[in-house]
Amino acid sequence: MEKQRGNFGEAAWVRLSNGSKDNSCVPGQTSSYFEHDADIGIIGRGDTLEQAFETAAQAVFGIVTPLDKVQPQTSVKIEFEESDHELALVTWLNLLLGKARELGMVFSCFHVQRRENLWSTEAFGEKWREDLERGVEVKGATLTMLSVKKTGAMWEARCIVDV
Amino acid sequence: MNLERLRQLQPYLWTLPRTPGEERAEVLLYGGAPLLVSMDDKVLEQIANVASLPGLVGAAMTMPDAHWGYGFPIGGVAAFDAEQGGVISAGGVGFDISCGIRCLRSNLDLEDAVEHFPELGNALFRAIPAGVGEEGEIKLNPEQLDQVMHGGAHWAVQQGYGTAADLDYIEEHGRVAGAIPDNVSELAKKRQRGEMGTLGSGNHYLEVQVVDRIFDPAAALAFGLHEGQILVSIHCGSRGLGHQIGTDYLVLLAKAASRLGIHLPDRELACAPVKSPEGQRYIGAMNAAINCALANRQILTHLTRSVFTEIYPQAALETLFDVSHNTCKAETHQIDGESRLLYVHRKGATRAFGPGHPMLPERYRQVGQPVVIGGSMGTGSYILVGASENPAFASSSHGAGRAMSRHQALARWKGRALVDELAQQGILIHTRSMRGVAEEAPGAYKDVDLVAEATEEAGLARRVAFLRPKVCIKG
Repeated sequence: MEKQRGNFGEAAWVRLSNGSKDNSCVPGQTSSYFEHDADIGIIGRGDTLEQAFETAAQAVFGIVTPLDKVQPQTSVKIEFEESDHELALVTWLNLLLGKARELGMVFSCFHVQRRENLWSTEAFGEKWREDLERGVEVKGATLTMLSVKKTGAMWEARCIVDV
Repeated sequence: MNLERLRQLQPYLWTLPRTPGEERAEVLLYGGAPLLVSMDDKVLEQIANVASLPGLVGAAMTMPDAHWGYGFPIGGVAAFDAEQGGVISAGGVGFDISCGIRCLRSNLDLEDAVEHFPELGNALFRAIPAGVGEEGEIKLNPEQLDQVMHGGAHWAVQQGYGTAADLDYIEEHGRVAGAIPDNVSELAKKRQRGEMGTLGSGNHYLEVQVVDRIFDPAAALAFGLHEGQILVSIHCGSRGLGHQIGTDYLVLLAKAASRLGIHLPDRELACAPVKSPEGQRYIGAMNAAINCALANRQILTHLTRSVFTEIYPQAALETLFDVSHNTCKAETHQIDGESRLLYVHRKGATRAFGPGHPMLPERYRQVGQPVVIGGSMGTGSYILVGASENPAFASSSHGAGRAMSRHQALARWKGRALVDELAQQGILIHTRSMRGVAEEAPGAYKDVDLVAEATEEAGLARRVAFLRPKVCIKG
């Protein structure tokens, strides 16, 4: 069963296509979740593969805290190479989770660009602060129920994340 | 789970018959019919996948608390023989490598302690970093972190966290051999920098409990337990370091399996032969994470003791036992009368050595290993003892096991209301995440009594004591 949006019920942020740093995120509605006994299934959708990755990341960080409360004031760039789209999704989500923990940050807005096998990504967020509501820590993105595919006009990226 | 798909071998043992043409080893499921009926069919699919991996010895098994996981089911046990092409699987260990429970017995009884539970809960909540985004006060440089990965709980004791007496009652005597910090990525090490001595999130907890009922007086005596006694259980793992090692090796081993021609029905089973370079690299990194988890629980033990003596000056907390439930361990088992070295994966399953096992501390050697089945914050937990003729590579259940998804729980319960309801029952919950409390609602878990009973009836471990929660610090 799929749940539209809402681990916390609020809208997350997506980056506007103009790419400007200031005010570059607006509320988005394209991430969602699916059922799993012990953990959580996340889904990202978009008009492009890259947008599906961006909203999948929002689904992941939407488990951690309400994203509309996170100020996208600091950006972190992550690059990696991967030819397999599905492994690229898991690799990227796990790099984001690793960076967030390393830097003590939470991310709310994402930008993905791809040139063949090279993925150039940027995550926007801020350091944890006391008044950010605590959700649940995501330990990692798994290869279970992992799927990246285009259905009709939309791309969809999904997997189970371990919490 | 549709029981018509299974064949019952014994009252608490079932098998999944092979379909025509299906090539896999045997699947065995431990538990009574009510527990198995409540399991998702995905458990069967996942354990059947495990049974298709190379070098499996005997059967792929599920414990009575099994539920749908990723790759392996939670509550999955599988042993592999390296000499027969057996594999090591990152998916068979999980992200939270060496997640486990440290159980402490106190010299306090409920009647001495109950009056100060509110202060105790507040003080523990201040002292124990818990929940997402929380860091500990201990910050390690790379050299110190290498020492943790080699030294485990020994490192922590050397730094003044706890005493040498604790080490006797930790699996592997507090330090597993074969850790190779060089096999651990820089990102994994960076993730751990601020996470030593932290509890984590999700189903992790620190719980003050009272011994409510003794089932086995002789074993209870050996374990130093009596009714009315206060215990503390600490449930957590290897934190960011283990999570990142799991992450790093998942993709690496998935690619290795593909390259080596190992068919993976689910890529999360990511594995490589134990004897392959990739397999050896993972084992070195996994052992480093195990030591990190043992050190982490040792630090949390020290912090807990400090709080207890602040609130109860006469308090003394001794380690009853520390046992992990997300590991792969090289162990010697008797197979058809022959001693064989096996790589036993326990994912959401606890090691449960029976009486006489040489790896047990002298105090427990005659009676068997303490085993903890951690229940929900509203129901209770069990301490059991490893059975003599455990048929599952000396493995047992590790918890109540989830009965519904986190989303279902979120839809059904509100964190604040649950905290208030449990307070009415005399259970004090401290948390930074009301969402986490709702997801971990007692009603979201299986009946822990049924799990413990099935564990005993299946011959995996015997019940010794039932513990009721009194104060809970939720991650």
